[in-house]
Amino acid sequence: MGSVNMESLGPIILSLVTFIPAAGGLLILLIPRRDRDIKVFALVISVLAFVASLHLPVHLHRDPNPFKFEIDKIWITTPNIHYHMGIDGISVWLVVLTTFLTPLCVLISWTSIHERVKEFFILLLILETALIGVFTSLDLFLFYFFWEATLIPMALLIGMYGHGRRVYAAVKYFLFTIIGSMFMLAAILWLYAKTGSFDFVVIQNAIRSGSVPGFETASLWLFLGFFIAFAVKVPLFPLHTWLPDAHVEAPTAGSVLLAGVLLKMGTYGLLRFDVGLFPEQAHRNAPWIMVLALIGIIYGALVSLVQPNMKKLIAYSSVSHLGFVVLGIFSFTTAGLNGAVFVMLAHGVATGGLFMLAGILYERRHTYEIADFGGLATPMPKYATFFLVTVLASIGLPLLNGFIGEFLVLSGAFQARPIYGILAATGVIWSACYLLWMYQRIFFGKVTHEVNKALPDLNLREKAALWPIAVAALVMGVAPLVWLSAIDPAVQAALAPFTQLASKVVGQ
Amino acid sequence: MMMTAFSHSLPVLLAQVQTSMLPQGADYMRILPELVLSLFGMLVMVVDPLLDEESSHQSLGTIALIGTLVALASTFWMAQYPGTAFWNMVRVEGFSVFFHFLVIAIAAVVILTSYEYLAVQRIRAGEYYGLILFCTVGMCLMSSAIELVLIFIALEISSISTYVLAGFRRRDASSSESSLKYFLLGSFATAFFLYGVALMFGATGSTNIDAISHVLHSGNVPVLAYVATALMFVGLGFKVASAPFHVWTPDVYEGAPAPVVGLMSTGPKAAAFAVLLRVMFEANAPGRFWLIWVSAALSMTLGNLGALVQNNVKRLLAYSSIAHAGYLLAAFAAQPALGTSAAMFYTAAYAAMNVGAFAVVSHFANAGEKYVTLEDYAGLGRKSPVLAATFTFFLMSLIGIPITGGFFAKFYVLTAALHSNLVGLAIILVLNSAVGAYYYLRIIVMMYMREPRGEVPVTPVPTAAALAIAVCVLLTLYLGVLPGRVLDYASQSARQLVSDTAAPRASSGTPTTEP
Repeated sequence: MGSVNMESLGPIILSLVTFIPAAGGLLILLIPRRDRDIKVFALVISVLAFVASLHLPVHLHRDPNPFKFEIDKIWITTPNIHYHMGIDGISVWLVVLTTFLTPLCVLISWTSIHERVKEFFILLLILETALIGVFTSLDLFLFYFFWEATLIPMALLIGMYGHGRRVYAAVKYFLFTIIGSMFMLAAILWLYAKTGSFDFVVIQNAIRSGSVPGFETASLWLFLGFFIAFAVKVPLFPLHTWLPDAHVEAPTAGSVLLAGVLLKMGTYGLLRFDVGLFPEQAHRNAPWIMVLALIGIIYGALVSLVQPNMKKLIAYSSVSHLGFVVLGIFSFTTAGLNGAVFVMLAHGVATGGLFMLAGILYERRHTYEIADFGGLATPMPKYATFFLVTVLASIGLPLLNGFIGEFLVLSGAFQARPIYGILAATGVIWSACYLLWMYQRIFFGKVTHEVNKALPDLNLREKAALWPIAVAALVMGVAPLVWLSAIDPAVQAALAPFTQLASKVVGQ
Repeated sequence: MMMTAFSHSLPVLLAQVQTSMLPQGADYMRILPELVLSLFGMLVMVVDPLLDEESSHQSLGTIALIGTLVALASTFWMAQYPGTAFWNMVRVEGFSVFFHFLVIAIAAVVILTSYEYLAVQRIRAGEYYGLILFCTVGMCLMSSAIELVLIFIALEISSISTYVLAGFRRRDASSSESSLKYFLLGSFATAFFLYGVALMFGATGSTNIDAISHVLHSGNVPVLAYVATALMFVGLGFKVASAPFHVWTPDVYEGAPAPVVGLMSTGPKAAAFAVLLRVMFEANAPGRFWLIWVSAALSMTLGNLGALVQNNVKRLLAYSSIAHAGYLLAAFAAQPALGTSAAMFYTAAYAAMNVGAFAVVSHFANAGEKYVTLEDYAGLGRKSPVLAATFTFFLMSLIGIPITGGFFAKFYVLTAALHSNLVGLAIILVLNSAVGAYYYLRIIVMMYMREPRGEVPVTPVPTAAALAIAVCVLLTLYLGVLPGRVLDYASQSARQLVSDTAAPRASSGTPTTEP
C-alpha cells in the first residue's frame, strides 16, 4: 500500500506540498469577507499542507538518489530554466518545519488580527508557498524566484499588521534583503553565462570537473555574491541590524515565520549553495566567517542580556543561535554540520514558540516591556509552564531539542579549532543567563502591576497552538536520531569535497 | 536642415523609383496595419462633428478601439507577406511584426483607459482619438521602415501627434507647458537625428539601412560615420528619454494627461528603440559601444536618483522611465543577437506594466488630475483593495520581482550583458535596481501602511478602464510566468535581423568585451 502510494505520489508530492498553501490563498480571494470562514479555511489549508508534507520524511529513505522526490520539467527553453525540485535529508526537515509552524501561526493570529483579515491570511499562505519553494528548488533560477517571492508578503505582513514603527521596519527589511539578493542574482547569472544551465546539479558537476571557463578567478566573487545574500538573511554580524526592528514591529505570526523559517533560508543557502558549489572558497574563507559567527554568538547574547523589550531580547537571541549554525557549517566536520542543521530545526521550534508566547502576552497587555510584568506565574500558571519548557528548550537543556544541536556544533567547532569551541560555549552560558533572567523577571515574585492580577490564563485555542511546540521540543530532544538519521547522509554528501580537500593537503 | 537631407537623398529616391515598377498588391499588404489605422483615424475625425459632444466619448472611443483591433488582425495578415515593399523602404519581418503588435496593443489599451478619463476631464474626444491612431501609424512605420528618410518621416508623424496630445488638458497651464516643452525640445532633437541621417548619407552614399550596413561592414569606416552615429543617437536618445537627453521627461510627464503619458512612455519609446536597434545593429553603426554604455549607465543612475526625491507619482514614474530606458540600453551594449532579443522583450514587458500603472494613475487622479501626489495614495489598500493590489503588482514588476514580466525583462538584459562580458555595466544595473526598489516601495508603503486620507475620493473603476487594467495585469503575469514564447519569437527575429547583415562580422568595430 505504501509503495503504491509512493509510486503515484512520488513525482508530484513536492509540487503539491509547495503549492497547496498558495492555491488555498488564492481561493481565499473568492471567499466573501466573513472573517471566521477565512480563518477556518486558512487553518484547514495549512493543516492539509502539513499532513501532505509528512509524506516526505516518511518515504524519504525509499528513494536511493541523492535528491528525493525529484521532478525535472522544462519551464522555459531560452534561457534554459527547469522546474527542477527535489529534497534531501536537510531540506526535508526545513519543509516540514515550515508546514508545522504555519498552522500554529494561523491559530495564534485568530484574534490578534482583526482588520484586513482576508489579506492577512492570503499573504501568510503565499509566504508559506514561497518558503517551501526555497527549500525544494534545485534550479538556481527557481530558487531565486521563490527567494524573492518571500520578500513582498513578509514586508507587507510587517508593514500592514505590525506595531509602532512598522513601516520603517518593513522598508528596512525589504531593502536589506533585496540589495543582498541582487548580488546573488549576478552570481547566478554569471554561472549561467558560463555553464548554460541553472541546474544546481549540472553546475555543481561542471565546477567539480573543472570545465567552467574563468572559474578560478571568479570563484571568490561568486562565493561572496551568494554569501552576502545569505549572510543578510541569517543574519550574520554585522548585517543583522534589520532583524531586531523587523521582529519587534512584526505581528506575532510574522515573527514566528521570520525567526522560525526565514532566517533558515540564509543558513540553508550557505550550506546548499555557497558550500555546495564553492567548497574550496568556503574552505579558504572559513576562518573569518567563523569569527563573524562567533562575534554574532557572543554579541547577540550580550545585547540580549540588556534588552528591556521581550521581543527584542528573543530577536537578539536569534542572532546568537544562528551564529551557532554558521559556526557548525563552516567547521566542515560531520558533527558540526549535523549539529548546524539540527540547531536550525530546534531554533525554529523553540524561538517560534517564544514569539508565540510573547504574542499571547501582548494580546492581553499590549506591551512587550519586561518591566510591565512580574509574578505572572500566579495568574497564569499554564502559560508559565509552557513558557518555561520553551525557554529551557532554547537554552539547550538536555532532553530538550536545543541541547542536541548545540552540543554537536560545539564538538564540531572543537575539532576545527579548540578556541572556537571554547568561545562558542560561553554563548550557551550567556543564553541561560538572559533567558532565565527574563523568565524570572516576568514570572516570579509578587505581581507588581495591578492589571496583571486579572490576566486570563491560556484558552483552548492558545493551548492548541502551544502543545505542538512543547511536544516537538521534547520529542526532538529525546529521539534526535529520527531527524539525524535523515540529515546525516545529506551532510556526508555535502562534506565529500572537503575530505578530498583535506586529503589533498595531507598528500602534499 | 530638413531641406538639406531631402536634397541629399532625393536623387537616390528618384533613382529607385525609376528603376522599379509601380507598387504591387503585396506592397500594400505590407503596410496594411498602417493603412487601417490611418483610415480609422480619418473616420474618427470625420464622424466627430456629426456627434453630440456629450455622447461622442463613447462612440468615438469605440471606433478608435475597433480601428486598433482591426489593425491587430491585419498585422497577422501582414505577417504572411514577409519581404520588402515600396522600393526597399519598408520591410516586413519578425522584428517589425513584433513591434507592430506591441505598439498597436499599447494604443488599444490606452484608448480603453481614455474612455473614463476624457469624460471626467471634459476633453473633446474627436482629435484625441484621431491623434492616438495617427501616432500609432507613425510608430508602426518606424518599426518597419529600413530607409532613414522614411524613418524620419514616421518619427515625425508619431512625435507631432504626441506633442499635441501632451497639451490636451487645456484648462491646466502645466499641460500647455508640457506640450510646448516637448515640442521645442523634440524638434531640436529630431533635427539632430536628421543631421545624423545627412552625414550618414555623406559617409556611405545611401540612406538605406541595408546599403549602409554593407558599406560599414566592408572595412574602412569613414570618420563621418562616427559623427553620424552620435548625432542619430542624440535624436533617438531624446525620444527614449535616456540620459543626458532626459531633462524634458519629468516636466512633460507631469503636465500631460495621464493616459497620454501611459502611451508616450511606452509606445513611441518602443518604436524609437526599434529604430535604435535597426540603426545600431542592423546598420552596424560604428563607435556605438561606449556611446551606449555611458548613456545606459547615466540613465539608470540619474533616473533612479531623481526618482528617490519625487513626491508626485507622475514625476516619479517619469524618472523611473528614464531608469528603465537605461536598463534597456544596457542590452544594446551586449552582443547584437542577444541584446536585440533582450531589448525586444524588455519593451514588451515594460509596456505592459507601465501602461497598467498609468491606467491606475489616470483613474485615481480624478477631475483636473487633482490626486497625483504620494500622500493622496495613503490608505488606498483600505479604500480600494483591488485597485491597490493591481497597482502593487505593476510596481512589483517595475522593481523586478519574480512572477512579473519586469523580472524576466531585467533578467534577460542582465544575462545578455553578462554573456557579453559586460561585468561593469551589469554591476551598475544591479546596484541601480536595488536603489530603484526603494522608491517604488514608497508607493506600496503609502497604499498599505498609512492611514487613508478622508478627502481623497476613490470612484469605482468603470468597465473600460477595468478591462484595460486587467489586460495589463494578465500580460505582465503571462510574461512573468511563461516568458518562453515571446522570448523565442524575439530571439528568432533578432537572429534574422542581425544575420541579414552580419555575415561578414569579423572586426566590425564592436568591442564585445569591456577593456
